[in-house]
Amino acid sequence: MQVELRRVELSVNGSPHALEVEPRTSLADLLRHGLGYTGTHVGCEQGACGACTVLVDGVAVRACLMLAPQADGTEVETVESLADDGELHPLQESFRRHHGLQCGFCTPGILMATLAAARADESLDQVLERVLPGHLCRCTGYVNVRAAIREAWDELAEARARPRREGQPDLGPWR
Amino acid sequence: MKPAPFRYEVPATLEVALELLAEHGEEAAVLAGGQSLVPLLNSRELRPGLVIDINRIRGLDSVEIGPDHARIGALARAGELERHRELADALPILREALGYVAVPQVRARTTIGGSVAHADPAAELPAVIAALDGEIELASKEGGRTLHWREFFRAPHAPDRRPDELIVAVRLARRLGLGFAFTEVGRRRSAPALVGACTGLARNDGAVETARITVAAMRSGPLRLEVAERALLGRAPDEEALAALGRQVVAELAPHADGLDAAAYRTGVAATLVCRDVRALWEEAGRAG
Repeated sequence: MQVELRRVELSVNGSPHALEVEPRTSLADLLRHGLGYTGTHVGCEQGACGACTVLVDGVAVRACLMLAPQADGTEVETVESLADDGELHPLQESFRRHHGLQCGFCTPGILMATLAAARADESLDQVLERVLPGHLCRCTGYVNVRAAIREAWDELAEARARPRREGQPDLGPWR
Repeated sequence: MKPAPFRYEVPATLEVALELLAEHGEEAAVLAGGQSLVPLLNSRELRPGLVIDINRIRGLDSVEIGPDHARIGALARAGELERHRELADALPILREALGYVAVPQVRARTTIGGSVAHADPAAELPAVIAALDGEIELASKEGGRTLHWREFFRAPHAPDRRPDELIVAVRLARRLGLGFAFTEVGRRRSAPALVGACTGLARNDGAVETARITVAAMRSGPLRLEVAERALLGRAPDEEALAALGRQVVAELAPHADGLDAAAYRTGVAATLVCRDVRALWEEAGRAG
């Protein structure tokens, strides 16, 4: 079938992008193949595994279940927004310290969903009991993931309370 | 997997959407939150020629709370409904049930209209709609119609919606005078329900005045268990009454569970959930009043 391409304009981690895609392209594939943000991982393409979770206008969503044209005009944040010039975000640093990942496939989704919850002033309990179950990790058994989130949580909450500099996004880039 | 190719339209108004459905409804799929549709596209279980994305239609996500009804626009998202204060005051059962819908990352996109259109017998929102005498508002170029939930959810994954029709809102009854509870059992909290139950009860002194038992995740549904409801009336739900209720729930559900995996387990769990909720609602009503 010959299908008309759609123009999509969006911001990814603060940088504007415009490209033409087939309407059936997922937001995840637009990010990975169209723009090279390969930190967003694609697992099940069914919304079950959570590996592709990114923030769209600040809200954590499955990038495999959004068509790329639906992201037209939105601000997307991916895991690439976290580290600052090679220096890990405190949440990433906590995952490193606690061995909260092994293969790392699920990690970008978990980091982004946790960050969104912290910004939205959710409780740590909500993150561990409601948000984290939206992410399949087959390496860690979640024990270290939970430890990493727990330890970083206070720091995330503190950053939320801290007044932001002009133009600096909420909780990231971190410093 | 990736979806098969499709044409894509993003109508800016309801009129244009209905025009598109009138002309292409037979080959079209309506995209709302995409949390049920896009997995079906990705697995190529559905291969529509045209996807009509209704997300840019303004006002389709409005929530209006009237004296007797709440009217929820089809595009209202589960995550927003969960945080909607007035709605939580008007219909606390809705928020309780929404907590069982997948995970917050999915609820951020899930819409009530999409859930209704998908008509999954295991879904939470249709069960609440059934418990609250819900009605589904459909629009088309020919005019609108409003269907009682029982007419609308006529078969699993095949509700009564013509190809030229769009689901525009759901109406839920308020002030039914019952207390409600929603409970669900699945492999994990975020996994699809093996059994879901929405139970309602009104107490008058020492007796049950009204009862309402709705069960999800059988072969079809949502299901109202009217024989079980009647069996509760006019007396207190003591141990004996609850044991009889449990047996009745199993008996009434058995034909609807037939052929499902773990059918006997599901009906047994349904009985346990309903009895537990009846007891809790009875005690709560006693304390309140």
